[in-house]
Amino acid sequence: MAAAKKPVEELERVAIRFAGDSGDGMQVIGAKFTESTALFGNDLSTFPDFPAEIRAPAGSLAGVSGFQIHFASEDIRTPADQPDVLVVFNPAALRANAGDVRRGGMIVVNEDAFTSKNVERAGYETDPLPELRERFRVVEVPITRLTREALSDLKLSTREKDRSKNFFALGLMSWLYHRPIESTERWLRGRFEGDLLEANLRVLKAGMHFGETTELFPVSFTVPRAKIQPGRYRNITGNTALAWGVLAASVQMDRPVFLGAYPITPASDVLHELARFRHFGVRTFQAEDEIAAVSSAIGAAYAGHLAVTTTSGPGFILKQEALGLAVMTELPLVVINIQRAGPSTGMPTKTEQADLLATMYGRNSDSPVVVLAAATPGDCFYVVLEAFRLAVQHMTPVVVLSDGYLANSAEPWAIPDVASLPRPEVTQCTDPEGFAPYTRDPETLARPWAVPGTPGLEHRIGGIETEDRTGNVSYDPANHQKMVSLRAEKVARIAADMPPLEANGADHGELLVVGWGGTHGALTEAVNAARADGLDVSSIHIRHLNPFPANLGDLLSRFRKVLVAELNQGQLWRMLRAEYLVPAELLSKVEGQPFKVGEIRAKIDEMLSEGAG
Amino acid sequence: MAALTRKDFTSDQDVRWCPGCGDYSILANVQKVMPELDVPRENVVFVSGIGCSSRFPYYMDTYGFHTIHGRAPAFASGIKASRPELSVWVVTGDGDGLSIGGNHLLHVLRRNLDLQVLLFNNRVYGLTKGQYSPTSREGMKTKSTPQGAIDHPVDPIAFALGAGATFVARTIDVDAPHLQEMLHRAHAHPGTAFVEILQNCPVYNDHEWEEVEDRKTRVHANLAVHDGEPLVYGPKGARKGIRIADGVPSIVNLGDEDDPIAAGVAVHDEASPSPSYAFALASMQRPDFPVPTGVFRAVEKPTYESMLQAQLDHAAEERGPADLRALLESGDTWTVEG
Repeated sequence: MAAAKKPVEELERVAIRFAGDSGDGMQVIGAKFTESTALFGNDLSTFPDFPAEIRAPAGSLAGVSGFQIHFASEDIRTPADQPDVLVVFNPAALRANAGDVRRGGMIVVNEDAFTSKNVERAGYETDPLPELRERFRVVEVPITRLTREALSDLKLSTREKDRSKNFFALGLMSWLYHRPIESTERWLRGRFEGDLLEANLRVLKAGMHFGETTELFPVSFTVPRAKIQPGRYRNITGNTALAWGVLAASVQMDRPVFLGAYPITPASDVLHELARFRHFGVRTFQAEDEIAAVSSAIGAAYAGHLAVTTTSGPGFILKQEALGLAVMTELPLVVINIQRAGPSTGMPTKTEQADLLATMYGRNSDSPVVVLAAATPGDCFYVVLEAFRLAVQHMTPVVVLSDGYLANSAEPWAIPDVASLPRPEVTQCTDPEGFAPYTRDPETLARPWAVPGTPGLEHRIGGIETEDRTGNVSYDPANHQKMVSLRAEKVARIAADMPPLEANGADHGELLVVGWGGTHGALTEAVNAARADGLDVSSIHIRHLNPFPANLGDLLSRFRKVLVAELNQGQLWRMLRAEYLVPAELLSKVEGQPFKVGEIRAKIDEMLSEGAG
Repeated sequence: MAALTRKDFTSDQDVRWCPGCGDYSILANVQKVMPELDVPRENVVFVSGIGCSSRFPYYMDTYGFHTIHGRAPAFASGIKASRPELSVWVVTGDGDGLSIGGNHLLHVLRRNLDLQVLLFNNRVYGLTKGQYSPTSREGMKTKSTPQGAIDHPVDPIAFALGAGATFVARTIDVDAPHLQEMLHRAHAHPGTAFVEILQNCPVYNDHEWEEVEDRKTRVHANLAVHDGEPLVYGPKGARKGIRIADGVPSIVNLGDEDDPIAAGVAVHDEASPSPSYAFALASMQRPDFPVPTGVFRAVEKPTYESMLQAQLDHAAEERGPADLRALLESGDTWTVEG
């Protein structure tokens, strides 16, 4: 750890962004810095932001990969609007990121990468550093040279040596912010051996020692442990939480899981994670395409498994016809759509919330599904558990909406007490007496789950309209009217099976900010700050998007103004206006980036000052 | 429990195919064979896509799932992979299986799940009223091809062989004994069993298979293959054999006393290590060659679900039973004191 030779300052919160080529290992050191920060006990929020190309041309703007971590001694919910420190490995990374840095913030550059050729390749006409020195504290460190020097006696190629330079930056930042490096060392030991292990360990320490001895950094900083709820914590990303939610559903409902999936960014990690859990009885099936992925899952649901398919926007659209069959045959299926910027291929690694209307209305005919959205990375776990409960108890497909931001962002997560997790009851029909496939539970309207292998329950189901009760093929006009209504009513009744929506802040007043999904952190932070400043604003975050919570209309009517903030061009906004005739305003953003707290705050201030006028 | 009969596999639904449709015969033969397979009725699942053939599950008193166009193999894969003890039958057609569903058919065959795929090939779209299909002959005039089809057709047998299918057979809708034999063989095969059934559509493509369905012409137009026997067909006095050289079949005339093998006629080998022999057979088309029927290829490979089960078992043995608490607390954690 850092020697106490230099003065130490205490800070409440810091945001650091590492940026370099997509092959420079920015995501790795971001993740390691995050782990040690979590172990140290700060609250934190991260935002990995990387290109879709695995290795874009070196030094190009298209290839810049970044990782931002915000950590604090207080409760935080976002990766911060502006980094306080930017660490860049080349001019392209500087060009892509310098504009985001807080004025007066620090920019650490690998000066070895600032050759005239690289500067030109990044699109700068002249050396950008002199101009930046006027606005920021620019610290030039010869990271490449110092890395090579530290490894001069190792029998590694220059190329191999240079690959450790990211750990120099990690070591330097670990010294500057008093982060422990033991968890990183442990990770390196498990991952490398021989000279490569030695190289990475040595460079990590060289970065720390450099910080300690050089005069470039006169002060180091501490960020005290956060005052968060007591308990046991771990770091979790949204995608890991989704996968673990699936595992938890399997354990809690005592049913094996079947995952049908086709690789797609940013959903593939859920497939990777679940594929590791064969000992939980998980059957992962990498299908030939998105359609086969959902179809195989529906087959498994029909056969009695907890069935799930994971995807992202373009893949979700391919699944829609099969999802309609699951609506028609009333089978329990969970579809997880980790939304990304579109339309079409769009920006696969960038976030957006623009599949809500497609989920609600994107299938042929009236085809209602239950729609849930996760609010935070850790919440992904609970949403999946809830999705399986609703799917099985109400015999309906459930779509879970996550997004690219939640997928890869990490936050400290209070480890749930397994004993306190719900154990939803699963009812499977086994009694042939009076059995018919489309009889219904009088309360929920759910039909029986009658799976192959059960003697006496042989029956046929399919996508053709079915006669009420018997399930036989029917083209009868009155029957179709009835079945369309029954399918709608079955989903609508789920509102009775959900907790009421609670407002953050007062339950009435001047302005209500409405959000859903991965914008929860930014919206809540903006609203809480505005409330602390004495503004009359509250917020709600809608987790159940279909059906809406029973008290939603009432809540909306208790505020003079309503603002819907979402990362699309007004999808929830349209739904709320159509459903409740509320003259809500819209704050829309579609840049492939999450909301900044400041953007929301500006809109709140604008709407409240209009009201005051 | 009393032995089951054909009636036990007949549902209470009215069969709604056109009068004279080849599907009636196929349905009757499947219902006849089912009780002979010694599978509990509740373990039988018929899965279909969309098209005339795909109405099949409604008429079987088993579990049945009439799904969406072309995707039946994917639904069936999910059923079989999750419940290996079930006897899963996919019923599809030339449009459902080889056009919209070609991709899924390819992948179920290469994965080798232990299920049966019955592809009814009538070389036309029936349910949509008579457009040409991917197996229609070139030049076929239909509503959508008034000047004649200009697609080169796909042969279902060659397709299945190309996909790496471990069991590939062809039979004829009205040939009850042969159809039943192929159903038995398909069911007995451990792996995906693909059976093309030449099926007549009396409304939109009548007489397509007449030469092989009609007893009088069949003797010239059909080559029934049997494992270990030479490829010989034709009536007494006009016997012919098939030679295969460099993967190319040719016809040799045989006298009644000639030894076919001595005359160079190929001997049928279902388990040939290479599929090229079966490909050569599949290339035989009317009018130049007789239509081969029987088992083209039958080889064994591990099934998808058996390998999946082995992974599940291995993981359970190595890592113990599911422990949610241990999972949630795995890796780096920390405690915040109150």
